[in-house]
Order: sequence, then C-alpha cells, then structure tokens
Amino acid sequence: MRFSLGKLTLPLYAVLAFIYLLIPIVYTFVFSFNNSLKTNLIWRGFTFDKWTNVCQREGVCEAFGNSVFIGIISTIFATGLGTMIAIALVRYRFKFRSSVNLLLFLPMATPEVVLGAGLASQFFNLGVQKGIWTIIIAHIMFCLSFVVVTVKARVASLDPALEEAGRDLYANPTQVFWKITFPLLLPGIASAALLSFALSFDDFIITNFNAGSDMTFPRYVYTAAARGVPAEANVIGCAVFALAILIVLATQINGEVKRRKLAKVH
Amino acid sequence: MAFAAFGSANAPAAGKPTRSGKVVIALLAPGLAYLGAFFLTPLFALIMVSLEVPDPNGGYAEYVPAFEIGNYFYVISEYLPHILRSFGYALAATVLALVISYPLAYFIGVKARPWPLLQKLMLTLVIAPFFISFLLRTLAWKQIFSNESWIVSSLHDIGLLAPTQYVVGTPFMVIFGLTYNFIPFMTLPLYTSLERLDLRYLEAGSDLYASPSKVFRKVTLPLSMPGIISGTLLTFIPIAGDYINASGDFLGSSSTSMIGNVIESNYLQINDYPSASALSVLLMGVILVLVSVYVKKSGTEDLL
Repeated sequence: MRFSLGKLTLPLYAVLAFIYLLIPIVYTFVFSFNNSLKTNLIWRGFTFDKWTNVCQREGVCEAFGNSVFIGIISTIFATGLGTMIAIALVRYRFKFRSSVNLLLFLPMATPEVVLGAGLASQFFNLGVQKGIWTIIIAHIMFCLSFVVVTVKARVASLDPALEEAGRDLYANPTQVFWKITFPLLLPGIASAALLSFALSFDDFIITNFNAGSDMTFPRYVYTAAARGVPAEANVIGCAVFALAILIVLATQINGEVKRRKLAKVH
Repeated sequence: MAFAAFGSANAPAAGKPTRSGKVVIALLAPGLAYLGAFFLTPLFALIMVSLEVPDPNGGYAEYVPAFEIGNYFYVISEYLPHILRSFGYALAATVLALVISYPLAYFIGVKARPWPLLQKLMLTLVIAPFFISFLLRTLAWKQIFSNESWIVSSLHDIGLLAPTQYVVGTPFMVIFGLTYNFIPFMTLPLYTSLERLDLRYLEAGSDLYASPSKVFRKVTLPLSMPGIISGTLLTFIPIAGDYINASGDFLGSSSTSMIGNVIESNYLQINDYPSASALSVLLMGVILVLVSVYVKKSGTEDLL
C-alpha cells in the first residue's frame, strides 16, 4: 500500500508543479480576450477584438517592432561571435583557457542592474547618446555567453573523425569547415540564435539603463504597469509565447523522428 | 564520479595540440574584444563613478572624478536594510526554488527516463514561463493576488488574513514572485545532474539494506550536488539583483525595496550616480566571492 502510494506521489507532484508554472501564462492568455477598456484588471466579457486590432492601441506595435529589430540584429552578432569562441574552446587547446572560461561566465553571473548601470556609465563617460544602437550593443554583450554555452555543447558532441575524413579526401580547411563542420553545427547554432533572440526580446533591466526615448516591448509594459497594462500587450505576449512554443515543439518532434529513423537503420 | 568526466561534454578535445595558434586567435579575438569593451571596461567605469564626488561648481547631478572611498561607507550605512533584505529574500527564494524543483527535476530526469519524448515535453513546460514576457507573468500574479481577487477575499473570510491585510506589497508576495520567476534556472541544472545519475548506485545502496531515505541522503543527494550548486548560483545571483518583483508597480511596496530598486532609482530617477555605482560594485563584489568559491570547488570547465 505504502509503495503504490509512493509511486503516485511524484507524478502527482509534477502535475501540481506544472499547474503552478502555467497559471500566469493561462491568466495572460485569458485576459488577452478580455473586452477591457483602458486597463485590463476586471473581466468584462469575451472578445477577439484585441487580437484582430492589436495595433489600435497606441505604441504597442511600435514597441514590438523595435524589440524585434533589436532582437534580430543582436542575435546575428551574438551568434556569430559566440559560435567562433565555442569552436575555439572545444577544438583547440590554448593557454589562458580558464581565463577565457571565466570571462565568458562572468556576464552570465553578473546581476542585470550591474551590467546595465556599468554600460550606461561607460556610454555617459564617452558622451554617447543612448538609443536603439546602445540597446543593441548591450544585448549583444549579454547574449554572447549564452550562445557560447549552447554551441559549445554541440561542437563537443561532433565526431572529429568526420572532419578528418574530409581532410583525408584532400579538402582544404575552408572546405572542411563549410562542407562538414558548419552543417553539423547548424542545429546548435540555430538553438543558440533562438535563445539569444528570446533573451534580447524579453530583457527589461539592461535595456532600461541603456535606452533613450525608444520603447521596446518590455519597456512599454513596464511604463504601462503603473496605470494598468492594456489587453493588447497580453496579445503580443501570448502571440510570441505561442510562436516560441511551436518552434521548440517542432524541433523536438523533428529530432525524435530522426532518432527513430536512425534507430531503424541500425 | 571519475567516469563521468570522460563523457563530459565540457572536456576539451582529446589531446589535439594546436598547430595553428593564429586560427585560435582569429576565432577568439573578436568576441573577447567585444566583452572587453562592453563588459569589462564598463565594470571599471562603474568603479570610477562610484568614487566620484559632486562637482563643487556644477549643478544638479554633476560629478567630478575623485577617490572618495566614503561613498561606500555612506551607501552601506544608508541602505543596509535594503542590502540585508536583498540577500534575505534571495536566500529564501533560492531555498524555496530548490525545494520545489528537486522532486520535479527528479521525476523528469530519473522516473521519466523510459519515455524520452515525455521528458522533452516536460522540459518544455519547465521553460515555458521564459517565453511569456517576464513583466507580464509577474503582473499576472499581481492580479491573481490583488486586493479584489477571490483568493484574498476567501483568505479574509476564513480568517487567515486580517480584514486590513492584503497580499500584494508584502515580503511574502515578493519572495513568491522571485521564486516563481527564477525556478527554471534551478530546475534545469538539477535535471542535468539527475539525468546522468547512474541508477545502479541506488540499487547497490538498497541491496546493502539502506533505507530509501538513507539511499537518498548518501547516494542521490551527493551525486546531484553539482546541479544543486550551479542551480543555487544561477537563481541566487539574478534574484539578489532583481528589482521588478520588489517594485511597487509589481509585487512589492516601498517596504520591500531591494538593492536593485535602490540602484535603479538612484541611477535613473534621482541621478545619484556615485551611490548607485557604489551599490552595484558592492553587489558585484559579493557575487564574485560566491563565484570564486564555486570555481575553487569545481574548476572553470563546468562553468559553461
């Protein structure tokens, strides 16, 4: 009796934990359909209006557009720079290796207020006007290390024999990289890019220290929070959430299908 | 444990002496230069600003370079309650996150092993909160526990809360929000550790007549220690510096202000840059001590 009860406890606990994790998400979804006026505090009835007319609310779509732009540019640079470092860390041995590891870890271990205030002080000292580009500079900085971590795991799992085979067949180093290494790394690079975009898109604290008057989506929500966030913000948040989850699920199912196919071949 | 090191994804490529130092430099230089310019130098800028004094001839919020160590004594005496509160909240939220995450990570990483697809789906659920805006999910909790909500009115009805007491704005609410927002940072490293756990060790323990709780304490817990340590670090640090949850517009009130709130308001609202910078440097100092303890224990390879 005690045993069977024990077997059920953990799954039941997991279900409760997932409910807890999902409550605010469900809440945000439900209230994106609220027929609300200016604020979105009380349930006033169901409507699709906020989804179909998101941009009617002043500033929401502009802030969203800025966030997407910042996210894309930051991701491109962070992914490029981070992938190069990841390849160097796994494929080569060099002195100062632990210093490099530490330098990469520190931005992840530094509280966002410190990163934000530090960079803002530097821009201030240099007399740089804050705006979209200072936000982008900040985002590349804090996304970089996360890209390294993600791509590094992928590089480490590559079989060096594949590259050796390429060299044996007289491919030059450039050919080996673009024809063998890069395609094999691509899934890792793609997930690093996704992570980087997600981090950039959702960042508020560092952005707030380094933004001028430009709005990003999190800044819009923060500013609106004092008066009440309109349902249109929920719509944007939920749309992004749905897209992200779809991408993650698609990759997972794709990976699982490939794994099963491989299992059949062997 | 030693066997695990061979399979570790972090081990450098087996004995491949580099023939091309130039390639390494070309690969590393741009990214490291970027971090040097936009991560390291700003930290130095922060230290410089933290020592500045008000410009005797200048107006409001104008400061000149100086070497005023007194700024540090000032912020420590002025903001000691905020500093203690930050680390207190961070400690409470980290412990809560650990207690909530461990059984969940154990279930996903150990019990669900026969079903890899289910494992992946559950991991997606764990990180799902990351995909909805941090601010929106925090506001959702604020609404759920708002003064007019049915939760609060039922707490009033059953007498758990005095009629004049509310939930939003209390330390409880802030710690609750901090725990929720950073739980995935705890669950993921725990999962990574538990997923690698060799179940034969557990079997060996019970074969030797150890009780389930003894097996847990003597085998499972020590083997999952790397996950516990990195999860603790990954949750404690961002929580200690957070200022969204404790902000009056979100889950807190003026009596729950943390270091992050003070840095934010000193920097962005009243433009007291030296105080804000001194607090940032202090916060960074504490974090660096924590990280170096970790590095001493586990080395730098496992950091990334």
